Amino acid sequence: MAKVFLKDVQKVYDNGFAAVKGANLDIADKEFMVIVGPSGCGKTTTLRMIAGLEEISAGTITIGDRVVNDVPPKDRDIAMVFQNYALYPHMTVFQNLAFSLKLRKFPKAEIKKRVSEVAEMLDINSQLDKKPKALSGGQRQRVALGRAIVRNPAAFLFDEPLSNLDAKLRVTTRAELKALHRRLSTTSIYVTHDQAEAMTLGDRICVMYNGEIQQVAPPMEVYDKPVNRFVAGFLGTPPMNFLKGKLSTKDGSPAFILNDGDVITLKNSNGQYKNYLEKEMIIGVRPEHLTVEPLAGQAHNGIKAKVNVVEPLGDRKDVYLTSTANQKFIANLDPHTKIDVDHQVTMYIDVNKSHIFEPGETGKNITISAN
Amino acid sequence: MNSIHTFLLVLAVLFAVLYAFQPKRPKIAFIYLRYIVLILIAALVLAPFFWLICAAFKDPDVLMKYTFLPPLTEWAKEINLSNFKELFKNQPSMEGDVYFWQYIINSLFLASITTIVQMFFSSMGGYALAKYDFRGKKMVMLFMLASMMIPGVVLLAPVYKLIVNIGLMDTYWALVLPGACSVFGMFLFRQAIVGIPNDLIEAGRIDGCSEFSIFMNLIMPLVRPMTGAFCLVTFLGSWNNFLGPQVYINAQSKLTLPVVLNQYVGVYANQYGVFLAGTLLAIIPPAILFFCLQKEFISGLSSGAVKG
Ligand SMILES: Nc1ncnc2c1ncn2[C@@H]1O[C@H](COP(=O)(O)OP(=O)(O)O)[C@@H](O)[C@H]1O
Ligand SMILES: [Mg+2]
Repeated sequence: MAKVFLKDVQKVYDNGFAAVKGANLDIADKEFMVIVGPSGCGKTTTLRMIAGLEEISAGTITIGDRVVNDVPPKDRDIAMVFQNYALYPHMTVFQNLAFSLKLRKFPKAEIKKRVSEVAEMLDINSQLDKKPKALSGGQRQRVALGRAIVRNPAAFLFDEPLSNLDAKLRVTTRAELKALHRRLSTTSIYVTHDQAEAMTLGDRICVMYNGEIQQVAPPMEVYDKPVNRFVAGFLGTPPMNFLKGKLSTKDGSPAFILNDGDVITLKNSNGQYKNYLEKEMIIGVRPEHLTVEPLAGQAHNGIKAKVNVVEPLGDRKDVYLTSTANQKFIANLDPHTKIDVDHQVTMYIDVNKSHIFEPGETGKNITISAN
Repeated sequence: MNSIHTFLLVLAVLFAVLYAFQPKRPKIAFIYLRYIVLILIAALVLAPFFWLICAAFKDPDVLMKYTFLPPLTEWAKEINLSNFKELFKNQPSMEGDVYFWQYIINSLFLASITTIVQMFFSSMGGYALAKYDFRGKKMVMLFMLASMMIPGVVLLAPVYKLIVNIGLMDTYWALVLPGACSVFGMFLFRQAIVGIPNDLIEAGRIDGCSEFSIFMNLIMPLVRPMTGAFCLVTFLGSWNNFLGPQVYINAQSKLTLPVVLNQYVGVYANQYGVFLAGTLLAIIPPAILFFCLQKEFISGLSSGAVKG
């Protein structure tokens, strides 16, 4: 058990590419931290630096109370689960699990005890004499997990461990992983590009983009209070809608005037809008925060739009719309809502849940930044 | 018309008959045809070997009298072990009497040492070339490749001079050292090791392997089929090496089989029977090695390492 601490960690590859640009991350003991971000954003690089498989260009990494910058992987007391499992193909499952203990000169009896405990826990008891080749994907995955657990390390590192499983198995394994963490309480750092995994598994999640950490917070906070437009758009399916317009005032209160001319009256602010008045901004609204009826206690914040596609999904209805200024957005409605394709409708925004962003890919969320 | 023609004719007729009588299942005829072809090829390959066995056991006086074996009636007189007796007789030399088994031991020793040394350096060099990044790696590889283009015989004179100058003449060092680092071997191992996923090595590194134990516990077992083949090729190369011992070794008691056997059919002798008996014996060790290593050639060991 240990906390893991990254301070100004940078990685510049030999070819001059800066994959991680000054990461600061404070992972508490027993915490399950998920690093999430699109492919190529530097997640794996970060994890490999923590593991010691990749040299650190600048900064410090601390595991427990020890700065591990110059400590080789085997002495960092961490275990890693690889995306493709990386099981030793010439060894049986038992030998795979026992390998690290054998290298650490554990007595035979102790190895046997630990391996059978872990095999029991992961339900791979009956596979111990098989070679990895003879196992199914899910079983290999468990062996890979077991190999990490059996060491009882200070921290687990996972690099997209579920991405090779089929969709159904992925969901069940995800739940098992969560239960396993509750049981073992080992500090875990989990890398994924899958936002559903991040939301469900993480005690906190760390959203990365372009080699930079965007936000570190518990899943619901990241979802409800994204610090910038990238984070807002990355989490959630369908993703948050972004509509262009201008920040202004109407009848003394702040308002967002969409390019179409529709006016959204915003919640009375703490003054966070005043530096942005009359500037081009972006309003972000999650699909589930759009309704066909005006919300009680809110001004009539409607957007006139045409319905392009209606997708009934059983538990909800995804509606694809185009505003008069040709801005596309998606609404997520009750499955029994009556709404017809090609009709002109007005969608209402829940302004308590909407966000105003500065323009640009990682434009700041000015709605939450003041509080 | 000789016997081979007759044989072929019989086969052709058999095939035709089969084909004619099984019009609905011409497949059967083709299966027969396939076996016939296989048998013919096998006979072609095995005939010289059979000839060798016959020659080794024939009395030297009748060696040229029969193609293969004498008629059964003559066996008692013309089949015997006189070639072998001659082979195992003491051979006087400047270092005293030398016996045939001495050459066998020399050859075995030399081939084994060569194989072990080459294995050691080739596998490690191959691993380094495959999985480590170091400055000048490209240059090193290029240089190695270039060196492969120079035929070994071209180097005979310079290497000879070198061996003489450092005083290794008439020692086995002269045979082992120049070939210790086989460029071919290193590339062979490099090719095999390049295919091993890096994750496997990194998993080992995290699990607690030292660099050497990664090599021993993870890499070597995974290139085992290749290793078996490489051992055999290297062993055979050394076992059959005639030029090296001929050039660098003078003492009769240090000579190897190919050179010694050659002495029986050299300028001053033509004991073909003895030569062939010795050749027959010389085939046995590599044959045993082959059968031992055969199961090592089973490939596909490395599949299943990653999700496949
Ligand atoms: N060895 C390397 N040399 C140069 N660039 C690399 C190397 N490894 C990764 N990169 C680059 O660094 C970026 C981040 O990679 P990675 O950490 O693997 O991303 P991901 O978030 O998908 O795991 C990518 O753009 C990748 O191309
Ligand atoms: Mg990755």
